[in-house]
Amino acid sequence: MTRRRAALLVRSAGLAGLVVLLEVLCRMGAIDALTIIPPSEMAAAMAEQLASGDVLASVRQTFLTVALALVLAVTLGTLGGALLHATPRLRRVLDPLLASYYSVPTFIFYPFLVALLGLSMAPLVALGVMSAAPAMVISTLAGLDGVPRVLFKAARVQRLGRVRTLWLVVLPAAMPRLFSGLKLAMSYALIGVIAGEFILSGSGLGYAISYAYQSFDNRAMYGLMLFVLLAAVSVNGLLYAWEGTLARRRAGG
Amino acid sequence: MTAPAHASLRGVTRRFGAVHALGPLDLDLAAGEFFSVVGPSGCGKSTLMDILSGLSQPSAGTASFDGQPIRGVPDGVGVVFQEDASFPWLTVRDNVAFGLRRAGIAAAEVARRVNHAVGFMGLQEFAGAYPAQLSGGMRQRVCIARTLVLQPRLILLDEPFGALDQQTRLLMGDELLRLWRETGATVLLITHALDEAAMLSDRVGVMSARPGRFIDLVDTGWPRDRDSRVVSDPAFGGLTARLWSSLRTESLKTLGRAA
Repeated sequence: MTRRRAALLVRSAGLAGLVVLLEVLCRMGAIDALTIIPPSEMAAAMAEQLASGDVLASVRQTFLTVALALVLAVTLGTLGGALLHATPRLRRVLDPLLASYYSVPTFIFYPFLVALLGLSMAPLVALGVMSAAPAMVISTLAGLDGVPRVLFKAARVQRLGRVRTLWLVVLPAAMPRLFSGLKLAMSYALIGVIAGEFILSGSGLGYAISYAYQSFDNRAMYGLMLFVLLAAVSVNGLLYAWEGTLARRRAGG
Repeated sequence: MTAPAHASLRGVTRRFGAVHALGPLDLDLAAGEFFSVVGPSGCGKSTLMDILSGLSQPSAGTASFDGQPIRGVPDGVGVVFQEDASFPWLTVRDNVAFGLRRAGIAAAEVARRVNHAVGFMGLQEFAGAYPAQLSGGMRQRVCIARTLVLQPRLILLDEPFGALDQQTRLLMGDELLRLWRETGATVLLITHALDEAAMLSDRVGVMSARPGRFIDLVDTGWPRDRDSRVVSDPAFGGLTARLWSSLRTESLKTLGRAA
């Protein structure tokens, strides 16, 4: 068994153990049902909500919002990072702001965004972009900084123009860092959108969780929370697996 | 076999701000010649190569290839760098085919040339491997194959074996000689190894400390059909001794000491 596989096994076993422990503690009454319901009930509640179709509109809206925010954040973040990389003076000005960006909880701007863009999908997309784009900018800068200078020379020797150099040499050379940016952007977009829905929106998964919480409907709330958790973990897992495949190929493993 | 090239530098000088890095120097490379450049660290050897390859423009003087002034990397010039310039995201085969595919050459011709170059550099078994799976010497061979496949008439090599061990360097030197003979290309090799220069070259140019100028041009007198076994030739010791005697004073200057 490889070390990677062994670590995965230990990690999975640890998580499964914690879930079982929580189940036992809930069933024994050591944890009040008003605080946490057993994981098996969470799963059952999730399945019921999905089967009844009650939450499908929320699921669709939230994922559409996250997808839009992610596409915009990745596009704008990559372009912004490339622009900053090409203009060192601008970069010197903005570097400290980028470094400290995540010390500000961006979703406090949601009321302002609602006032500006109306109570629609737009402020949620904006919030997702605001959360995710800087991670993409930072990763793009790191990726471009890491491209060996000799590859630029090799591109010139191969008589590639600027656009082809960017597309055929710089982009693939920077891809590992860009991929890290994509993973971070994915997480930040999801957090931004769901937090926005939770605070002020009238629809979406975040709102549904908030509504269930305020209605003391623990079963619905934990079912939805479990769904969001599984969806986030699944998407991230897929991205990790894809990244791992690319990295192993480059590393010759 | 492609037509031989002729490259020349006339009064070439290169300055980087206040730093006078190179020249003025003159150089004529005869068609099909194997010319090596040795010199102390920082004497402008790589700058000289950048000017000949069109990667850099001289501050004064002219550089020409095939009678035409060099502006940008000219068609027919191939460059191999000291650093590993293989593309880690491409297999050996795709690395070698990179320039041909960009040039819009038909797939069958690309495959034919790539197979030849990969075979010539002894990389057949690794055609589907990625650079990370290869040793440093093999990655450098990939870079040479990527240059070779474009059938350059002038091949510029900037200390291509600098990071390799002595045995691999000797063997790579043999492969370079074989490549030179088969292609008929003109070769300019930048190296810091005097024995490498003496073993491989028709002529060796010895450069002064910065600003680099040629202080000696040494004809080795080796036959065209030669290999690394010339190191056991009685003339080899004399050649390296002459190169070192020309270079010693300049190297001491670089270290800030008198001769």
